[in-house]
Amino acid sequence: MDQLLLNQGFPLLSTLIFLPLAGSLLLFVVRDPHFARYWTLAVTSIVALLSLTLLPKFDRDTAAFQFAEHHPWIESLNITYVIGVDGISILLILLTTLIMPFCVLASWTYIKDRVPAFMICMLIMETAMIGVFVALDFVLFYILWEAMLIPMYFLIGIWGGPRKIYASIKFFLYTLAGSILLLVAIIWLYTANGYSFFIPDMMWKDYPFTAQILLFIAFFLAFAIKVPMFPFHTWLPAAHVEAPTAGSVILASILLKMGTYGFLRFALPITPEATTTLMPYVLWLSIAGIIYGGLTALAQQDMKKLIAYSSVGHMGFVTLGIFVLNIDGIEGAILQMINHGITTGALFLCVGMIYERTHSRELSSATGIGQYMPVFVTLIGIFSLSSLAFPGTNSFVGEFMILAGAFRHDVPLALAAIPGAVLAAAYMLRMLQKIIWGGTNNPDQSWLTDLNSREIITLAPFLFFVFWIGLGPQPFLAMMHSSVVNLLDQFHGYQQAITAAGMY
Amino acid sequence: MLFLPELTILGAGLLFFLLTLGQPSEATIKNCASAVAAVILFTCVLCVNQTGNLFYGAYRVDLFSQIFKILIAAATLVVFLFGNGLKGIKQDSRPEYYLFLLVSNLGLVMLVSSVELLAIFIALELSSFAVYIMVPMRTTATGIFFQMEAGIKYLLFGVMATGFMLFGMSYIFGLTGTTSLDGIAEQLPILANRPAAVVAMLMILSGFFYKLAIFPFHFWVPDVYEGAANETTAFIAAVPKMAAVALLIRLTSLASHQGEMVLNLLMVCSILSMFYGNLSALVQKDLKRMLGFSGIAHAGFILLGLLTFKLTGYASAVYYIVGYALMNLACFLVICQVAAKGENLGISDLSGLHKRAPILALTLTVALFSLAGIPPFVGFTGKFMLLLGALREDHLLLVTLAAINTAIAIYYYLSVVRMTFCSDSNGLGNVQTGFLANSLSLILVTVIIVMGVAPSWFVALAESAIKTIL
Repeated sequence: MDQLLLNQGFPLLSTLIFLPLAGSLLLFVVRDPHFARYWTLAVTSIVALLSLTLLPKFDRDTAAFQFAEHHPWIESLNITYVIGVDGISILLILLTTLIMPFCVLASWTYIKDRVPAFMICMLIMETAMIGVFVALDFVLFYILWEAMLIPMYFLIGIWGGPRKIYASIKFFLYTLAGSILLLVAIIWLYTANGYSFFIPDMMWKDYPFTAQILLFIAFFLAFAIKVPMFPFHTWLPAAHVEAPTAGSVILASILLKMGTYGFLRFALPITPEATTTLMPYVLWLSIAGIIYGGLTALAQQDMKKLIAYSSVGHMGFVTLGIFVLNIDGIEGAILQMINHGITTGALFLCVGMIYERTHSRELSSATGIGQYMPVFVTLIGIFSLSSLAFPGTNSFVGEFMILAGAFRHDVPLALAAIPGAVLAAAYMLRMLQKIIWGGTNNPDQSWLTDLNSREIITLAPFLFFVFWIGLGPQPFLAMMHSSVVNLLDQFHGYQQAITAAGMY
Repeated sequence: MLFLPELTILGAGLLFFLLTLGQPSEATIKNCASAVAAVILFTCVLCVNQTGNLFYGAYRVDLFSQIFKILIAAATLVVFLFGNGLKGIKQDSRPEYYLFLLVSNLGLVMLVSSVELLAIFIALELSSFAVYIMVPMRTTATGIFFQMEAGIKYLLFGVMATGFMLFGMSYIFGLTGTTSLDGIAEQLPILANRPAAVVAMLMILSGFFYKLAIFPFHFWVPDVYEGAANETTAFIAAVPKMAAVALLIRLTSLASHQGEMVLNLLMVCSILSMFYGNLSALVQKDLKRMLGFSGIAHAGFILLGLLTFKLTGYASAVYYIVGYALMNLACFLVICQVAAKGENLGISDLSGLHKRAPILALTLTVALFSLAGIPPFVGFTGKFMLLLGALREDHLLLVTLAAINTAIAIYYYLSVVRMTFCSDSNGLGNVQTGFLANSLSLILVTVIIVMGVAPSWFVALAESAIKTIL
């Protein structure tokens, strides 16, 4: 338990987790759509503000879990309610809490049917998502990880597009099938660890090599599907395309990060030996994802699909950064997780705004609107540049660090990732060109109105973060530094212990 | 006092026998049934701390049996409450229906207390024969005519399983010279490796495998589920299975000395049940049939707890069967309400239920997600504990296969949820739900969630109950 810095006084993390859930209960009773919108906006905003109070108290110099809370839960099985934050998870929690109010804003007029039910799903989603990032008990983690599928299923299945049934079931089945072996792995770890589900207790233990390989496979299936890594990505375009805007944003910005977060939190510390052995395969899968995502994005006519495939490529960069296993790579990967959340989230919001006007996601029906929606094209232009990692924007910093880490690890590998960066520029500029200028025979777009103030407010914070991280990433990197250094120290220490033991 | 719950049920049965002689009004029958079920539950709760032996040691009242009596009585009360219109039963035989239901109940309550082979046999038959008669009592007004076929199938398979069981009992009696479970428990370790003892034990178990619908004694399930009235199916799906688990715990704790052979067979039965049930359920169009096949799969899961031969495994099995009964009752509550005339429901008949009856849609969804084993509901916690218990005994392969089955099962549960929430009502009218059904379904939902999130107290209770018989 020495990895925990117990929280004194007000249980901030628990409040963050349970406030949205408590807020959703009221909506079961009060069924007025207008009230539901304001109420959810209020609840998510309060959660966002509360989460910001974590920042001043967060100690950057320790790798321990802070603000930790520890209560017994199911005593007969030694399952505890234990939560805490470290440098890896704090940024993801802030990303989650800060993005939720804007998801609510983005659904303000987009969702017209069954508004209270939609808001209930959003609030339950928020509880589950924050919970996943702070859970330090493996059962608690798994429960929230799985429970999240239910509201997300409804978000896609009820408020989605024409092929919502197919997309929602595919999403649910894929994710569930992936994580089912995780459950077996959890129980195995429990029996191997003196009947404890406490995650830090499971790390850096010398499990037998075969067991590590099997555990890694179980982890990999669960997390690679969530990321999604090539070739487990096929649920993603379907889910993204059919989901309502808020659903796409949540999927892209937060749910995908859970996969990479899982790699960092579980795969590396629990199965270090297997990680070293299987690292090359994962790295080359990441490269495959980067190239494949880029090439398919280049061929899309549907804007949401284009961004969805670009996500496959971007997340390929993130897994690349994680598995090169050096400080640049991992810090770049964590930063890129945040960047992708900001940039792709904003792009999905932009596409949603177009869709609300033209009721089409086709690139061809949104061509040549630069003349009529100048504010909109400025914003989507900046976000697209950020997505292709233009210097000065957030993604440039992340991608640069990842590539630096990759070059330190293996030059051919890093060279193989470079075409991905070029492809990103190609597909993003192609989309921008079509949206802003189009061709000679554009459809008549003169009836389109530019963004209203609600929509500008929705996008403004994203813009702010794009430039903040792009120009001054230091505060963000400082938050995660101790935890990442500690992770790598432990990892290399473990490897040395293994080699030393091997010599005798 | 020891025999009070049984006497109450018997009295209630006699009351309904008297009612069958006259011509009581609908309302009288309804109210009598609900009142009687409540009184039975009350007496069961009242007698929870009783202990003692009756009938020369053939009948034992202990915490284990009393808890099961409460569970059986509570589940019966729920069935009586939501099925109180008896829409699916012939008009003129409704009092008789209650009479047989109570007789079956009596049999089940006696079964969990029986500790002697003949007493077990008699109690089991008492409960079974009453249900055999209840199945064909379904009305033909909805155009369903295969209730007779279902009844005959149920009877034939049942009698065959009972035959196996009696045959096994005769072997055991021949080998040990006694019919009391205590006496058998003393002698079995000596006989452990004799093939005859193993065969006899398995044959006895088969009688209860039949009740619980474990492969290869599952053949009756789909037809009986489909052919019986919705209320009858609700009863069959929930109540006798609890008693079967109770008896299986008593019997497998005897078999625990018999080593590899019995264990391997139980494992095979468990895996086959899961795969058979889940794969068959994937293609079903009829809701009750689907639940029937899913029941086979769940029975396989329960076996996972029994074959650990450990206290925690048994406790998980008890927890799971109670959770299973709750989820099934919730599903059948919805079925009974939606089927206005007592007809069978296809999955497509549920389309747009979220508009037609929001509370029922919520109940059904919670129950199905729970059956699928999604947290935070009782189905997940139960499944988790069963897997954990089995992995503690190093059954890694078994646990992996069971986990894979969870993934298979999700598809057919989801397709029902999809119908209720993600599709339009297609012109189907609103469902009339009374206050009783609504509040009952909300209670069930609450219990499913609370038991899932806070299982400790129930597991502790089950463990202390099982300790009394080990």
